[in-house]
Amino acid sequence: MSTPGANTEATETHGHGDISTGVAAPTGSGDSNASATRITPGNALRPEDIALEVRSGLAKPTEDVAEYALRLGDDALILAQRLGHWISRAPELEEDVALGNIGLDQLGHARSFLTYAGGALGENGGAKTEDELAYFRREHEFRSAHLFEQPNSDFAVTIARQFVVSYYQFELYRRLAESKDATLAAIAAKAVKEVDYHRDHSAQWVLRLAGGTDESRKRMIHGLKLVWPYVGELFEDDALVTRLAESGAAVAPSSIREDFDRLTGEILAEAELEVPDMPAAPGGGRQGKHSEHLGYILAEMQVLAREYPGASW
Amino acid sequence: MAVQNLQSVPAELSPEELEAAAQRDADGQANFDRVMAEDSRIEPRDWMPADYRKSLLRQISQHAHSEIIGMQPEANWISRAPSLKRKAILMAKVQDEAGHGLYLYSAAETLGQSRDEMMDALIAGKARYSSIFNYPARTWADMGAIGWLVDGAAICNQVPLCRASYGPYGRAMVRVCKEESFHQRQGFEILLELANGTAEQKQMAQDAVNRWYAPALMMFGPPDDDSPNSRESMAWNIKRFSNDELRSRFVGMMVEQVRVLGLTLPDSEIRFNEDTKKWEHGPLDWNEFKEVLAGRGPCNAQRLERRREAHDDGAWVRESAAAYAAKQVNKQKEYAA
Repeated sequence: MSTPGANTEATETHGHGDISTGVAAPTGSGDSNASATRITPGNALRPEDIALEVRSGLAKPTEDVAEYALRLGDDALILAQRLGHWISRAPELEEDVALGNIGLDQLGHARSFLTYAGGALGENGGAKTEDELAYFRREHEFRSAHLFEQPNSDFAVTIARQFVVSYYQFELYRRLAESKDATLAAIAAKAVKEVDYHRDHSAQWVLRLAGGTDESRKRMIHGLKLVWPYVGELFEDDALVTRLAESGAAVAPSSIREDFDRLTGEILAEAELEVPDMPAAPGGGRQGKHSEHLGYILAEMQVLAREYPGASW
Repeated sequence: MAVQNLQSVPAELSPEELEAAAQRDADGQANFDRVMAEDSRIEPRDWMPADYRKSLLRQISQHAHSEIIGMQPEANWISRAPSLKRKAILMAKVQDEAGHGLYLYSAAETLGQSRDEMMDALIAGKARYSSIFNYPARTWADMGAIGWLVDGAAICNQVPLCRASYGPYGRAMVRVCKEESFHQRQGFEILLELANGTAEQKQMAQDAVNRWYAPALMMFGPPDDDSPNSRESMAWNIKRFSNDELRSRFVGMMVEQVRVLGLTLPDSEIRFNEDTKKWEHGPLDWNEFKEVLAGRGPCNAQRLERRREAHDDGAWVRESAAAYAAKQVNKQKEYAA
């Protein structure tokens, strides 16, 4: 763990949080004193709470906010679906637990964002539930970015994808916690604490795999190369996010690129790895234009729910 | 570590050393006997009879293996769980099982075998795990039936183990049982929802209960007159109740709960015997039990292959982590020097 003394030497505003590498100091944004196991009753925001607020009209997203929440929710949902596959297949039991936990966190964020988004997506001003959105939308109606859809492949690829995601999500949620939209702010404030641990997990594995054996180093380099073409899409602004960022509800993705590059760059430098020089893929997920992978993910995820439409589980 | 028995003492010891070792064994046995008589606990550094160690190691490692293999039938439905809430609960549950495996391997390690050795034995097909996990989880309702019946039977077996004479095992079981009781309730809730759903959902639930009922009853092990390990295990305060006793209690619990579900148990011979004050059930197919145990169940090969595949695919990761850790230690040494 970081030594307490490292705190006082911090010159930057936002570092790597509670990370064991000593690359940078922990700071206030991620709660570095938080416990992964401590239960804090009354403090947790559950999707059910948001659903209640949506149903009772206490929380009502604008159409723009709903579309934005859909993007963040779909990213997290698709990633959770990917990570869930590792449970019972991980390289060590500890990683069955760790990847399962990260997947669960992502699923929790997805449920919150989708529940909130649903508040403006029903017929005649009504609401759609998280399950209606997850199970009964078609592929082109999903808004996930391509990175989240990428296959697990081997452990190094999964770690490379998680490394990018967790540093991206941390910078995003840290800022979104200040959103003028109270519900987005509340979801992000809870999520950022969890994503802080995801950063620690993935950064440690990047260092370990890069510095372990020749084979693991080769695989880590390959994994980063495979996911890097999809990094660019995460930071693209469009008309929607620009409007929302101007009103203070959302975070313009382009505004977090610099911190992302700096912080991931520091870990890669410590691991003696190059930032992959890969041409960026055009993306398109935010407009419903997806990778070839998404159809299969949805087919599997939705099969049972669609077999019994209207059923309750 | 104390000398376990005279057979393990190297031949080159002098007569005085041999005598001292024999004395230690005699003192250890006396202490062990006292602990058993007082129904107190043996801890890892205490002397224990070689057979006690061997029997416990077998039981705890089999239990750990069961948790790990038992992840598979439920992991089979994580990607297809029909609601996001159910998906979250199922992921948490299967993750708990990995956690149980970890505590139990740790408890077993205190008896002198490494997790790697135990894992190798599992993958080589030399170690056993609970036969129940060699049955397939065909439908979503199986998630309910596994939680309700399989975890329910496991709890009946495991609650008395919280008082097992070996400290690390007993303590691990306390935590495992707390989580298992959540698991059973979530299984019951899945079935309750299905039983109150559409006719097709209710049929799905009944079908799952029909398929898991007998295998769950057989989880308690062979009938008492055909259970060779039980007597010793009870004398050592590891096992507290006989297989048939636990099975009867379990049937009594299920018979009440199935009414709340609005489903039935596939056994017309269940009755409460007023004379013995015990629940009785119809005959079980012990031939099937032996067949599955011998490797001829529906999923034996599949389960073992999945574990082997995960282990082999992960080898380079574990090697990398070990190499990295060793390099870090060297760096620290250089820094200190």
